[in-house]
Amino acid sequence: MSRRALRGAVLPMLLLAAWEGASRTGLADPRLLPSPEAVAAAAWHGATGGGLPGHLAISICRDLAGFALGAAAGLPFGFLLGLSRVARTLLGPGFDAVRQIAVFAWIPLIAMWFGIGETAKIVFIAIAAFAPVALNTAEGVRSASRDLLEVGAVFRFTRAQRIRRIFLPGALPSILTGVHLGLINAWLATIGAEYFMTAGSGIGGLVIEGRDRFDMAQVMLGVLLLATTGFAFNAIAAAGEKRLLRWRRV
Amino acid sequence: MPLQGGVIAISGLVKRFRVDGAELTALGGVDLWIAPGEFLTVVGASGCGKSTLLRLIAGLEHADAGVLSHDGAPIAGPSLARGLVFQEPRLFPWLTVAQNVAVGLENAPLSRAEKALAVAEHLTLVGLSAFARAWPHQLSGGMAQRVAIARGLVNRPDVLLLDEPFGALDMLTRARLQDELRAIQQRAGATTVFVTHDVDEAAYLGDRVVVLAPRPGRIREIVDVKLPARRDRADPRLAGVRERVLRALGEDPGYPRPALVADAAWRRPATLAPAAVLQ
Repeated sequence: MSRRALRGAVLPMLLLAAWEGASRTGLADPRLLPSPEAVAAAAWHGATGGGLPGHLAISICRDLAGFALGAAAGLPFGFLLGLSRVARTLLGPGFDAVRQIAVFAWIPLIAMWFGIGETAKIVFIAIAAFAPVALNTAEGVRSASRDLLEVGAVFRFTRAQRIRRIFLPGALPSILTGVHLGLINAWLATIGAEYFMTAGSGIGGLVIEGRDRFDMAQVMLGVLLLATTGFAFNAIAAAGEKRLLRWRRV
Repeated sequence: MPLQGGVIAISGLVKRFRVDGAELTALGGVDLWIAPGEFLTVVGASGCGKSTLLRLIAGLEHADAGVLSHDGAPIAGPSLARGLVFQEPRLFPWLTVAQNVAVGLENAPLSRAEKALAVAEHLTLVGLSAFARAWPHQLSGGMAQRVAIARGLVNRPDVLLLDEPFGALDMLTRARLQDELRAIQQRAGATTVFVTHDVDEAAYLGDRVVVLAPRPGRIREIVDVKLPARRDRADPRLAGVRERVLRALGEDPGYPRPALVADAAWRRPATLAPAAVLQ
């Protein structure tokens, strides 16, 4: 492990130690804050027979499906907004207004339109992922270098060449920022969808179920899993960005 | 090598811009005939329309009046037969050096192998073969501008247009690139139009020096540089050319203190090229 990764692990380790200490000394009520051992036992039980991997897989698949849908819509929409002034004046204000709606405010509407099943959850996640992807793509495309576009004109670039050679790579840093944010948003939305549209499985469902049964070890386990998975998504996105943007000065 | 083509004919060229609602005449009637294979330098104070003239020849701007033609055909837009090198290198930061040169060939009617060969040849021409796979941010200013020159030449245009390409470089790099450019131009045989505000540079590089006067931009004088292709910066005849160019510029009150500029112009190349002085 690198020095930096080790340093990053200091805070979680301290928290874990404090948690352990609080449980041992009886400072924390074990009914409200179960000991790390109890959570580990719940994890072991869940992993061996409680269907924990299944719940995790369901959440991740749901997240990725929604994210893919949102990003697939957000990218072309962002490109359209970035490239066309007409599209910007026509769709820009509407998009800005819709964006002001907090993502969780969509839940009642979505529930009415799509029920609370799988479709509704994926639509909700897609909406959460759409905005940052569309917004950052539009911003990146709009800020394409006039100087390079002129170079393109000198070499008689076609529209397709302009997009492929100038707009797309020029906007890539911004697009990846949007994708990264979209991924984070999608994961938050996945949890939200599982909390609020509680039909079915997934880590969020597990947490709610734990709360209802007053099984705090299961709640803690769920929260920890959500954090770890989010962290993993974040790390994967960051590594992908680094790889794709290796032409940039570091 | 395109020795036959590359004639640029300009007559009655007028270009106006709207700046803050006011109309500004950038070029007010320019007549110019540029011979094939000629190295023409255009010099003038900033705002005299020299870049505008170059951009019009490139086809990036449209004239308000007058005629521009390249080998008899009116110039209606950019053409691969006219290469343009900007003041800044304007390299694509996400492409390697070789890929940046290849950008020039994007629309050239060549096979993949022919393109690769042309790119390699032009990287050799500017002395950057070893940097083919480098990223632009790894290059010095002089190297980046060399890549831009290679990109401008890779189509083997019969006209090469350069807009103060060495303006941002330090003196030594600048002097070296000037020599390289002259050598490259002689090998490639392309008609070359080189815009600069540096009188030394204009005199040292040009077969003819066009002196522009500002507001509205027009030709004040064309100075014939009757000197051999291989030049010596310390050649006293070059000083005579500089003198004439400066005098032509001096008639324009917008150009500051010609006597002082002339003095500096006389000294700078000598300190730059001690070997030449010793000969």
